[in-house]
Amino acid sequence: MVKDSPAKASDPAARSSTNGNVNGHADVVARAIEDNRHLAGALLPILHAIQDRLGFIPPDAARRIAEALNLSHADVQGVISFYHDFRAAPPGRHVLKVCRAEACQAMGAGALEARLKARLGIDFGQTTQDGSLTLEPVYCLGNCALSPACMVDGQLKGRVTADRLDGLLATLEGKS
Amino acid sequence: MTAKVYVPRDSAACSVGAEETAKAIARVAAERGLEVDIVRNGSRGMFWLEPLVEVATPNGRVAYGPVAPEDVAGLFEAGFLKAGAHRLCLGPTEEISYLKKQERLTFARVGVTDPLNLAEYEAHGGFRGLRAAIGMSAREIVEEVVRSGLRGRGGAAFPCGIKWRTVLGAPALPKYIACNADEGDSGTFSDRMIMEGDPFLLLEGMTIAGLAVGATKGFIYLRSEYPDAERTLTAAIAAARAAKVLGDDVLGSGRTFDIEIRRGAGAYICGEETAMLESLEGKRGMVRPKPPLPAIEGLFGRPTAVNNVITLASVPVILDKGAKYYADYGRGRSQGTLPFQLAGNIKHGGLVEKAFGLTLRELLYDFGGGSASGRPIRAVQVGGPLGAYLPESRFDTPLDYEAFAAAGGMIGHGGVVVFDDTVDMAQMARYAMEFCAIESCGKCTPCRIGSRRGVEVIDHIRAGRKPAANLALLRDLCDTMTHGSLCAMGGLTPAPVVSALDHFPEDFGVSPSGKVS
Repeated sequence: MVKDSPAKASDPAARSSTNGNVNGHADVVARAIEDNRHLAGALLPILHAIQDRLGFIPPDAARRIAEALNLSHADVQGVISFYHDFRAAPPGRHVLKVCRAEACQAMGAGALEARLKARLGIDFGQTTQDGSLTLEPVYCLGNCALSPACMVDGQLKGRVTADRLDGLLATLEGKS
Repeated sequence: MTAKVYVPRDSAACSVGAEETAKAIARVAAERGLEVDIVRNGSRGMFWLEPLVEVATPNGRVAYGPVAPEDVAGLFEAGFLKAGAHRLCLGPTEEISYLKKQERLTFARVGVTDPLNLAEYEAHGGFRGLRAAIGMSAREIVEEVVRSGLRGRGGAAFPCGIKWRTVLGAPALPKYIACNADEGDSGTFSDRMIMEGDPFLLLEGMTIAGLAVGATKGFIYLRSEYPDAERTLTAAIAAARAAKVLGDDVLGSGRTFDIEIRRGAGAYICGEETAMLESLEGKRGMVRPKPPLPAIEGLFGRPTAVNNVITLASVPVILDKGAKYYADYGRGRSQGTLPFQLAGNIKHGGLVEKAFGLTLRELLYDFGGGSASGRPIRAVQVGGPLGAYLPESRFDTPLDYEAFAAAGGMIGHGGVVVFDDTVDMAQMARYAMEFCAIESCGKCTPCRIGSRRGVEVIDHIRAGRKPAANLALLRDLCDTMTHGSLCAMGGLTPAPVVSALDHFPEDFGVSPSGKVS
């Protein structure tokens, strides 16, 4: 059972070691609640703490958080579902967020997006069959003078041409 | 002697290899037995030149860029540590015309200093505004900001001092400062550059705001898309607490102010101030009806000054140099400077801080150098996804809040997104509706349902199904959204749609004479 692992939040290894481990999930949720419940408006910090560790919000987390914060289950579930960031299922080993916003569109993001989906065989919000990569849309990464932009495992990339994107994917495939 | 080299740590610079370039410089210097002090500064905001490497010389800093890791050996060969000639040499940084023509008040330190070096921050004028504020009464601080003419830089352009006056006058306690760092507009990155490139400036501005309105606690609502800004701000807050800038004895004044970062979760609507307050309270980011104003009943029902990053970051210079100094920049009721952001299909994209009053054309061509593709610029969207698309005939409009509004535009947060002549404006209009459908909080019907119907109607028009009837329907729908929505999300989504229809009818299958084909 993984307990209080010091591994970094964004480290995919930290996620996979707890994936599928119900007790591990429960510990992470309990810890996130304990660390943040003293905050005013604690719900988002708790959810972030869970997703930082697990990569998603496990289905049983809402009820536990609701009990701890004296909220209704519906309140917590409603917050989880409102925000684009929170995932209901574990992501792939890598997460690629592609910017769809106007500045990136002006530099060919649309074609890049289509090429990427075709190459990976998945749509936004999906994970490749081998579990290596989750593709997500994002609406502006604040890198609009170096469009098109994307974010790979939390790392910002700019001037993402088709060639550069192929290179990024090849690097990720090498890693996973 | 140890040479001093600057390589930006700004996430945009790193997105095109600044990290690798910095490592290559350290490696080659070690191989050559040279001592190099690599300072990781903010970005100067000339992104087409990133990674921009600077070398300190007795005559000031000299710039090289864009420097890829494979260029580094050649730079050492050319003696760049002593400003040696090289094809990437751009001369003295301050003499680069893009920078030289700017009026950097808010961005004075960005790209110049190490963002997390507190001593350097002070040496470059940091905390002078806060020290001045400590010697003033709350009322005096507020009136100084009123006199400066500073208006909200997040988009709505409401006079900052007037808002603070309301919060100061509200009797309930405690009061809060809520910094809106949910910079979601496409084409904008000035908040990010401040938070990554001069974070103490934001902390100083928030602390002054706290003294002005009587708040002892501030929150920074930071979008999750900015992980580097979160790391930098977290480190800056820790350093400011350690140096007793933040805490229960602000700079030895006996006054209390502290700041907490709260991460958003990918909802554009949380950039709307009341949705942001809901989110800070741990709820869904649903827009609140106004009144009550947040200044009277804001965060947790308490009086709250909600201000954008750039607004707060503009306050220290006002307190340091006086309201008149700031107000002397700009024109009409648009006083001071605005950090414009040139983005999209533009040759020289980046940050341009100028006094209000320059024209869009100056920004696009004198600074931007035209499109990146080399093709004619056809449309420009100013003010984010809720801003109008402007054709070339509007490029001579001066960039001040009133003049720009009179020309059918909105300056907003100062983002300028450029499109060349390959753009399909009907597609962009569709995207505006699609974006609204994705990001609507769902509270009011015109926004929630109208945006979905908008996508469908535009699809019908583009497919040539009953175009005349559907064009009339689209305008009618836009009218409903404009006048019936609760906030600017639904209320302004029609701006890009209607402007695309008005200025680029041919993209919707309508001839310029108005005839539907």
